[in-house]
Amino acid sequence: MWSLIQIELYKIFRRPRTYIAFGAIAALIVVIQLGLKIDGNSYAAFLMKDINDTLTVDGKVLNGYLICYILLQLLLVHVPLLVALIAADMISGEANLGTLRLLFSTPYSRTHWVLAKFIAASVYTILLLIWLAFLALFVSMWIFGTDDLFLMKSNYVVLIQQGDVLWRYVGAFVFASFSLLTVTSLGFLMSSLANNSIGPIVGTMSAIVFFTILSTLNIPLFTIIKPYLFTTHMNNWKEFFDIKVNANNEAITGSVLNIPKIKTSLIVLSLHIVLFVSASILIIKKKDILS
Amino acid sequence: MLTMKKYTIVFIACSLFSLIISPKAHAQTNPLIEKVAQKLALVNDYVAEGVMKTDVSFIKASLGKVKVYFKKPNLLKVKKEGGISLLPRGGVSLTINTLLNTKQYTTIPAGTQVLNGKNLTVIKLIPTDENLDWVISTLWIDPVEALVYKTATTTKENGSYEILMQYGEYAKFGLASKIVFSFNTKDYKLPNGITLEFGDEDPAVKQKLLKNKKGTIEINYNNYLINKGVPNSIF
Repeated sequence: MWSLIQIELYKIFRRPRTYIAFGAIAALIVVIQLGLKIDGNSYAAFLMKDINDTLTVDGKVLNGYLICYILLQLLLVHVPLLVALIAADMISGEANLGTLRLLFSTPYSRTHWVLAKFIAASVYTILLLIWLAFLALFVSMWIFGTDDLFLMKSNYVVLIQQGDVLWRYVGAFVFASFSLLTVTSLGFLMSSLANNSIGPIVGTMSAIVFFTILSTLNIPLFTIIKPYLFTTHMNNWKEFFDIKVNANNEAITGSVLNIPKIKTSLIVLSLHIVLFVSASILIIKKKDILS
Repeated sequence: MLTMKKYTIVFIACSLFSLIISPKAHAQTNPLIEKVAQKLALVNDYVAEGVMKTDVSFIKASLGKVKVYFKKPNLLKVKKEGGISLLPRGGVSLTINTLLNTKQYTTIPAGTQVLNGKNLTVIKLIPTDENLDWVISTLWIDPVEALVYKTATTTKENGSYEILMQYGEYAKFGLASKIVFSFNTKDYKLPNGITLEFGDEDPAVKQKLLKNKKGTIEINYNNYLINKGVPNSIF
């Protein structure tokens, strides 16, 4: 099995297309960091317009932790599209080239090959996430320094002490890995259905966009199905940055407001991964390889 | 000629009347305020360490260690140690030291009131310098200890503030061991397009929880360094 994974990883990382996502993420992050470095204070002043009517905020609001949060908000919506570029090509790409027949004629079973391909695609996804974390968090901390995390949400503000932030990012990135692996498995399922790369890639991207729109609309009709959509749960990494308060309205350091919500989301995402990968295996096992 | 004389008499009479009701003359004659001011005059500067609690309906913040710097006549700075601090806009500098040290006010006695079991004398201060930020301030003073236990101040631009004080070992200098600033807060709302919080399932419920318009900042002091010198660069 390990040798199959190695072969699949070799195939992924020798294709130039693989590095598009790494380059795109680096370019986006550098541009945003540059913009915030040059004109971040006016951006922060705009965000804090309502707060400044009542309070004066003293300290380094625009620090590495806040920059990372802003970057994750912007990028974790779009990174799934970059993941789809590789994941949705894993099986269909081989079918298109006619090499799938060769793979399945080896002594290894189809299930082995499918799992090896999925694990290799998952490694790519995790590496992409680590790259994102390195640039968004550690480079931002290096450029902007660190301080308390002053998060301005739609209806309230959360002030998290500096020493209480880093583990939340670890939690958020672990959560994000589940979100992106769900996309990987969806792309994989789409890939098992087609014999060319374009269809599954566009199909996966369309599904993500479609379900994301359904998840964000507050229309009662969609509210019923929203808890079952993986896109509803993908953004719940933000829950790591909401904090509990006691009866005196004092924030409790080290607490997370809604742990059950995080657990539920992780279960839903995990079930989607299992469902999509299992469906892929079933489809491939029954597939008549004609190309 | 007669008319001129009449005008002169009226002018002198008006001048005498304005002298009688002169605010400065009245301020100088209020013995309790003088007693409080004398106590506060013992302090040229201080650095105080304390713990600050921010209680505003739309803010979730934990307790933070702060240092409070004061220098005569009215320089005051609250700094959180290694972190972001949130303070009421303009109000935190309106402590009793900064109010009385200006000496630019007139006093109006407003009776007595019982506050937390103490019989306190109520005195209203009205600034005589129109450039000062505050419009009126009411002081609740213990006439025996010459300590101010409560102030309510209305400012020109930053709304109204109420400050409650408790005293401990530094009472002889008129310095509080605990201060609670109360102030009115305005609405806080950022569009979802800016915060990217789309699909929030209960925005109305969250908004309902934030209807309390009163905010407080509480500082519990645990140490004062008095008259050791504070550089101007801090402020």
